[in-house]
Amino acid sequence: MSSLAGTTTLLRLAWRRDRWVVSACVVALVATAYGSMAATRDLYPTDAAAAAGAAAMTDNASLTAMYGPLPALTTAGVGVLKTVMFGSLFSAFLAFAIVRRHTRTEEEEGRLELLAAGAVGRRAATASAVLLASLAVVATALLSALSLVATGVGVSGSLALGVVVVVAGLVMTGVTAVAVQLTSTTRGAGGIAVGVLGLAYVVRALADTSTGAVRQLAWLSFLGWAEKVSPFGENRFWLVLPALAATAALLLAADRLLQRRDLGAGLWAPRPGPATAHPRLASPRGLAWRLQRGSLLGWSVGYAVLGLVVGGVARSVDQIAQDPAVEDMLRRMSGGQGTLLDVFLGTELRFLAVGAGAYGVATALRLRSEESSGRAEALLATPVRRAQWLASHGVLAVAGSAWLMVVAGVTVGLSASAAGDVGVVQVVAAAVATVPAVLVCVGLALLLFGLVPHWSAAAWGALALFVMLGELGAILRLPQSVLGLSPFDHLGSLPGGDANVTGLLGLGVAAVATAAVGVLAFRRRDLA
Amino acid sequence: MAPVIEAAGLVKKFGSTTALDGLDLTVHEGEVHGFLGPNGSGKSTTIRILLGLLRADGGHVTLLGADPWRDAAELHRRLAYVPGDVVLWPNLTGGEVIDLLGRLRGGVDPGRRAQLLEAFELDPSKKCRSYSKGNRQKVALVAALSSDVPLLVLDEPTSGLDPLMEKVFQDELAQARVRGRTALLSSHILSEVERAADRVSIVRAGRIVDSGTLADLRHLTRSSVVATLSDPVTPGEAAQWPGVHSARHDHGQLALSVETSSVGHVLQRLGALGIETLTCQPPTLEELFLSQYADRPVDGGSSTDAAQEQVPA
Repeated sequence: MSSLAGTTTLLRLAWRRDRWVVSACVVALVATAYGSMAATRDLYPTDAAAAAGAAAMTDNASLTAMYGPLPALTTAGVGVLKTVMFGSLFSAFLAFAIVRRHTRTEEEEGRLELLAAGAVGRRAATASAVLLASLAVVATALLSALSLVATGVGVSGSLALGVVVVVAGLVMTGVTAVAVQLTSTTRGAGGIAVGVLGLAYVVRALADTSTGAVRQLAWLSFLGWAEKVSPFGENRFWLVLPALAATAALLLAADRLLQRRDLGAGLWAPRPGPATAHPRLASPRGLAWRLQRGSLLGWSVGYAVLGLVVGGVARSVDQIAQDPAVEDMLRRMSGGQGTLLDVFLGTELRFLAVGAGAYGVATALRLRSEESSGRAEALLATPVRRAQWLASHGVLAVAGSAWLMVVAGVTVGLSASAAGDVGVVQVVAAAVATVPAVLVCVGLALLLFGLVPHWSAAAWGALALFVMLGELGAILRLPQSVLGLSPFDHLGSLPGGDANVTGLLGLGVAAVATAAVGVLAFRRRDLA
Repeated sequence: MAPVIEAAGLVKKFGSTTALDGLDLTVHEGEVHGFLGPNGSGKSTTIRILLGLLRADGGHVTLLGADPWRDAAELHRRLAYVPGDVVLWPNLTGGEVIDLLGRLRGGVDPGRRAQLLEAFELDPSKKCRSYSKGNRQKVALVAALSSDVPLLVLDEPTSGLDPLMEKVFQDELAQARVRGRTALLSSHILSEVERAADRVSIVRAGRIVDSGTLADLRHLTRSSVVATLSDPVTPGEAAQWPGVHSARHDHGQLALSVETSSVGHVLQRLGALGIETLTCQPPTLEELFLSQYADRPVDGGSSTDAAQEQVPA
């Protein structure tokens, strides 16, 4: 039996399982590429207008750190700037998710054992995962390029954006293929692969904002290669060659590792843990903290970094928005009062609040996965009360998401106030004022969990709806009664303006009421 | 003295399927009570009602004198539960889970814990994700057996254990009984129940079809008598003897199925014919069990259909 036997069957299985998710991701990136180019062409009909409008961007270190250098001072160059970095990261994440899901996840869950006992070669699972990821990456690249051509910009620049997507996606395919060989856990493999991606991002961000020889460090990062393709600027198509070489080398390394290890094992043996529990692991609250502390730590670090970046961008926001059109857009987006800086900070804090809402929903819905896996049963057969168990994760969701907004407020405030235009206290207050809206998301998740456990995941749908109402509601000219469905619509205009006190009180009441109904309903229902 | 578990006419429906259809169950203090039935007959549903995880749609149930739904948390101080399919937190070690569950029940006796870990040959420093099914089962068993509670609720506790570990479990269960604990032992492994249980309830399609001591139940059925005789009789002739249900030739031996109350009488007849070899066996639980499922179809359906109608709970 060839070691690749069964690869096409597994590829078909993987596609059968992932076709909707992968298709939706590909469409989302293509739509983003098209949308931002089309919007830029509306904003800057001529290259001269783009050059004038974007002049400030070229000098702004924070923007360069986030998105990389502007490829060209033209409409197309401005229109593609964000897509280059966003598309690179998106393509990399897509490749990572596909490869890990069909290799290490399958192995850890024991499903691959069932398949591997059939006429399936040793390399088949990895090969099929790599193939599916590569196909998804190439499809994304081709469709993104086509969508840019459709906006009427140059063909070679459009194709160069495709190369950007290919470079980031293929190298990440290789990185993930190696990572999944190293540890025996899905989570560990994810940590390694995403860690490499993060390192690549930070290296190129540091290099891009430096001068002299350090700038050349970007060449060490595959995200650096992706941005140096420079669509509509240099159009360096040849950068696909080092990417292909690196991918091939990584895949060969993954294959060598695969040939050495047992099914289900990693290269590194799992370490034993403590034979007895820490004294704090003695209550549902202790367990919830133990299960979720890693995630809260990760989110906290992420929020601190994001906060510093946002604050840094804010320092030069006055320069960015010298264009009245941009200023007008920002004001309309936020309905903000106060200085333009206040409006910008208010908008960014609202984005961060939605993120904190996502953290709160994920943390609260851990209740559901504990229940459906059967682990809740083990706890609820001990003298733990239902409400006490629900509170163990619920309180963490509430306190954790509020904590994240404090982290965001402090880091944004410190970083922005370095320029002296804005006070730390005001920014922290504005961040904390979003917490009631965040808690409504948590309350909604608890309500669904208590009343209709099988539909708990609808909390994600509600959050997505809130985001859509906030982002597109004004453009779609929806009436205020519909926009008001989103809790994030009632926050007032901090910093700089007035807090919507009645709105915030209302949100607080809604959060408490939904959570309370969730608790009551959970106490009365069967464990499902 | 009031029974430890008393259920009368329990009804539980999941949508249109009826999992429990008027189930009665009585477990007395200090006994190991075998709870027997095939997959999907309602054993786990009953246990989850006893634990207050599900609410009965009808009927009456008390556990240690209290209502398991209303007083769940108080009752759980006085019982320990081992599920049949143990799911653990993958990133915690077995030792951590044992300590956590023990502490939630009010404390762990370190000496007892160490003794059980050694008896079950379980390494408590391994992460739960790396445990096999049998080892996960051991984690739940050690956690339950190391807590000092008057009632053990065991739902197929030995699934996934090897025969050596099953023996360890049997010994621990026997010790628990000596200490006066009560145990409800749900199982479909008949030999396990036969060895450990004082009384047995057999459940079928959500109802108890038979309940009593093994001796009671055996009394209703037949023993198997196999003999080689110096003066053979035809099976047809032997079948006419009082108390003999059936007779046949088996490799030159006479094999009889005899009412338990008539065994003495039949042996006298065989003695008169010159016994060369003789084996006499009381009915095994397996035979009792099969007779319950083979002889009495429920509500016109065959027993396999009845089993399939049930939701796996």
